[in-house]
Amino acid sequence: MGSLTVGYIVRRLGMFLLTVWLGTTLIFAIPRMAPGDPVAAMVSRISAQAGTISNSAEMIASWRKRFGLDEPILVQYVRYIYNASTFQLGPSLAHFPANVQDMVARAFPWTLGLLGLATLMSFIAGNVVGALLAWRRTPGLARALLPATLTFTSIPPFMLGILLIYLFAFGLKWFPFSGAYDMGGQTQWSWSFIKQVIHHGTLPALAIVITTMGFWALGMRGMMVTTDGEDYMILAQAKGLHPSRVFWLYGVRNAILPQITALALSLGALAGGAVIVEYIFTYPGMGYLLYDGIVNGDYTLIQGVVFFLIVGVALGVLIIDLLYPLIDPRISYQKK
Amino acid sequence: MTSTQNRTNTDRDAVRNKAVLEVQKLRVHYATPSGDVIAVNGVDLKVFEGETIGLVGESGCGKSTLAMSILRLVQPPGRIVSGQVQLLGTNLTALSEAELRQVRWNQIALIPQGAMNSLNPVMRVKDQIVEAIETHQGKRPQQELKERILKLLSMVGLPSRVYNMYPHELSGGMKQRVCIAMAIALTPSIIIADEPTSALDVVVQRVVAQTLLDVKRSLGVSMILIGHDMGLMAQLVDRIAVMYAGNIVEIAPVKEIFAEPLHPYTQLLLASIPSVKERKPLVVTEGLTHDLRRPPPGCIFQLRCPFVMDKCREVVPPLRELRPNHFAACHLY
Amino acid sequence: MTTEVIQEVALPEAPVGLNRWDSPWLNPKFIGGLLLVIFVVLLGIVGPLFWDITLARVASSPLNLPPVWVKNAPIMFPPPDPAHPLGTESNGRDMLALMMAAAPGSLRVGLIAAGLGMAVGILLGFTAGFIGGWPDAVIRTISDSVITIPSLAVLIVISSYVRQINIENMALLLALFAWPGPTRLIRAQVLSLRERGYVQMARLSGATTFDIMFKEMMPNLLPYLAASFTGNVSANILAATGLEALGLGPTRIPTLGMTIFYAIRAAAILRGMWWWWGFPILMLVIIFTGLFLMVVGLDEIANPRLRGIQAQ
Repeated sequence: MGSLTVGYIVRRLGMFLLTVWLGTTLIFAIPRMAPGDPVAAMVSRISAQAGTISNSAEMIASWRKRFGLDEPILVQYVRYIYNASTFQLGPSLAHFPANVQDMVARAFPWTLGLLGLATLMSFIAGNVVGALLAWRRTPGLARALLPATLTFTSIPPFMLGILLIYLFAFGLKWFPFSGAYDMGGQTQWSWSFIKQVIHHGTLPALAIVITTMGFWALGMRGMMVTTDGEDYMILAQAKGLHPSRVFWLYGVRNAILPQITALALSLGALAGGAVIVEYIFTYPGMGYLLYDGIVNGDYTLIQGVVFFLIVGVALGVLIIDLLYPLIDPRISYQKK
Repeated sequence: MTSTQNRTNTDRDAVRNKAVLEVQKLRVHYATPSGDVIAVNGVDLKVFEGETIGLVGESGCGKSTLAMSILRLVQPPGRIVSGQVQLLGTNLTALSEAELRQVRWNQIALIPQGAMNSLNPVMRVKDQIVEAIETHQGKRPQQELKERILKLLSMVGLPSRVYNMYPHELSGGMKQRVCIAMAIALTPSIIIADEPTSALDVVVQRVVAQTLLDVKRSLGVSMILIGHDMGLMAQLVDRIAVMYAGNIVEIAPVKEIFAEPLHPYTQLLLASIPSVKERKPLVVTEGLTHDLRRPPPGCIFQLRCPFVMDKCREVVPPLRELRPNHFAACHLY
Repeated sequence: MTTEVIQEVALPEAPVGLNRWDSPWLNPKFIGGLLLVIFVVLLGIVGPLFWDITLARVASSPLNLPPVWVKNAPIMFPPPDPAHPLGTESNGRDMLALMMAAAPGSLRVGLIAAGLGMAVGILLGFTAGFIGGWPDAVIRTISDSVITIPSLAVLIVISSYVRQINIENMALLLALFAWPGPTRLIRAQVLSLRERGYVQMARLSGATTFDIMFKEMMPNLLPYLAASFTGNVSANILAATGLEALGLGPTRIPTLGMTIFYAIRAAAILRGMWWWWGFPILMLVIIFTGLFLMVVGLDEIANPRLRGIQAQ
């Protein structure tokens, strides 16, 4: 297939670093531009829960020092970037003394599993449906699939999640409505545990797959139409190739390429959707961790989780970018 | 060009009796919201064994449609309305899809217009040719395939490194020659070349045209060569058929068409070729082109013919043999 | 060799071409979607004339009433009351009034954010596509970068710091991430249009860049711009709703997302109070479906080849 050149790899790595840096700087800079002092806000919240604090001024000062908030902003920034790049994300404010990076490390596999699998399934299913819809030989019955898949595309994943919980967890009681495994279950590699995981993960995954599938189907249908008009399709038929070969090797094989680019571009949005789905389902992934941080005003946790999300998505895009020349021989050292 | 040498053998006349391809009253329409556009208007055409027939006409006259409909590759909204295409005795228009697939490439191949985009961008050259071979001749050992393909490439004058390359790594002329190599891979009885040189610059045109000539000579395959450059045609073909608005208006051996063009349209076509040798005013044809949805009654060329008579507006002139082996559809004779 | 001028020949009447009813803009999907969106807009504008919108305020109505058509409601809830046809929620808000008050807000957020994003997108996209060179490289790199950043996550960080937010500020925040999509799209379209004949002609005849952009290219870009804008509105409403569902939205005025947030916080799903989160979801689904149909319709308007698929 195509080849990877050093120049291409370097450029893609550069984009990765730029994206991570840009995102990280955004989450550092903008909150600091907002009025209000996070430490004071947090102390006031503690006092609201625990009653008045007599030495609140000293407390604020010491917390400030502890978190380095009393230093000039540039110093804070440099320290922040340094810490972030070594994945030292600091302690969680609300769950002190737990470290943010440990909390994220525990939550990350759940998000990866849920988001990763759901995205993969949605991408494959959606593209196949879209390709079949554009093919003249597909029977009319299958065509009815398009409006069906598309109706659900207009629903945001988390809303479908709410509906699914209500119908299947609360109503029919077929599925549990929260968590990744049963209460008091042990996280171990046993068959019963895996069954629990699948059982708990079905509804959240379904919410994501059903709502995102239509997007791929629509795009693939459009791409197949475009591909169908290409000259190489005519020659393929003139060669007397079997229609299914033409469909897969000439049609799908070429139409899928822009879809993969679209996948890379939509990873950021998909991650956002997954975050809220996790919150709805109380799924112990990064999304729920984020919500936990919001509720408790745990700024270091929020920042740490979002940092991880930024890195994760950028990494996913990098991987797709590096794999792409292997399937499209036209992209090598030339940026398209 | 040494093409003239080939045409001196009168042996060709003896073989002429065997028609490889016979198009009978073929009619192809394109559906539009405001009525059917008649692209091919009841065309009769015979291609004999070993001969190359050139199909010329201006843009939109239906020559590409005719070629595509022989292969039954007309895409909707176009469709074959009536008529037959006989290839070595088999009626192509009556075959099922599966039977047609077997005939395609094996007996009748296509060299497409604009090879720029006719090769699958994600497959290597070798894989695309292997695909053609294996689809019709079954699985073959690697070594045999490689030898065959390298031989094909050398026949069209391409270096062996093209074997492993992707289409986007090749120039326009090279891609066109790959298409030629692929077309002859199964030694079909007839090849349809749809404007194989139109999209190329003049220098490359000559190379590709020469390649076609060499291939034709060494394989003895029949060919329908479509184009609008009469000058280029003259060097490559045995007979020329002139098409206008979906009808064939004149067919004759190439020397005779140039020496004595009978149909007024042919005369205008030839007159409009700028000449390097003599100085003559540029001819501009006047008159209207008709609406292709409603051809006028009578001769199809009446609106642009300088010699139009009343009879032309009422009676359709049949394609008659006006000189030996020289057919034209005109009331003037 | 000269040719004579031919006399005019009267041909049989050719059928008339496209009439008004064949206009590509009368795409059923586009019109259908537009009607859905208009319905929501009207609900917000005309609704308050027929229904008391002050009932959307907290503690204005009895608590936890199911909608009026529910028979056999669980006994923990009071019986339905025709005075509150869509029921009420735990804070004493009437659902019908709430929908009328909240729906326009959600639409507004999307429109403002998408409008800003579009404006920036047109500016940057045209610059990048038309001028090329290093401005193009810079714009392209940055917009590709911003697209990759998970916008919702960053927005969560930002909004969690801000205590009170209103619709306009929320839209401004969303606009931060709303511009790369249109920029990319417009840049791609400008690049492909730049080489077309009529643009070359305009350049040759000395038209200014501004003229070329707005008089030659814009009209042809219209369906794409409309599709992009509509899609953008949808995406921004989605982002806003997502933020609100997490509790990060405006608190002073009702919005659909915040209603869902309060519902979840009050465990409405598990209590069976489906009308509390059900109607906001319904409104949002109507909005999203309407916008989606509009985008699909606009896609077909822009790319005629997609129109014929069903017929094949």
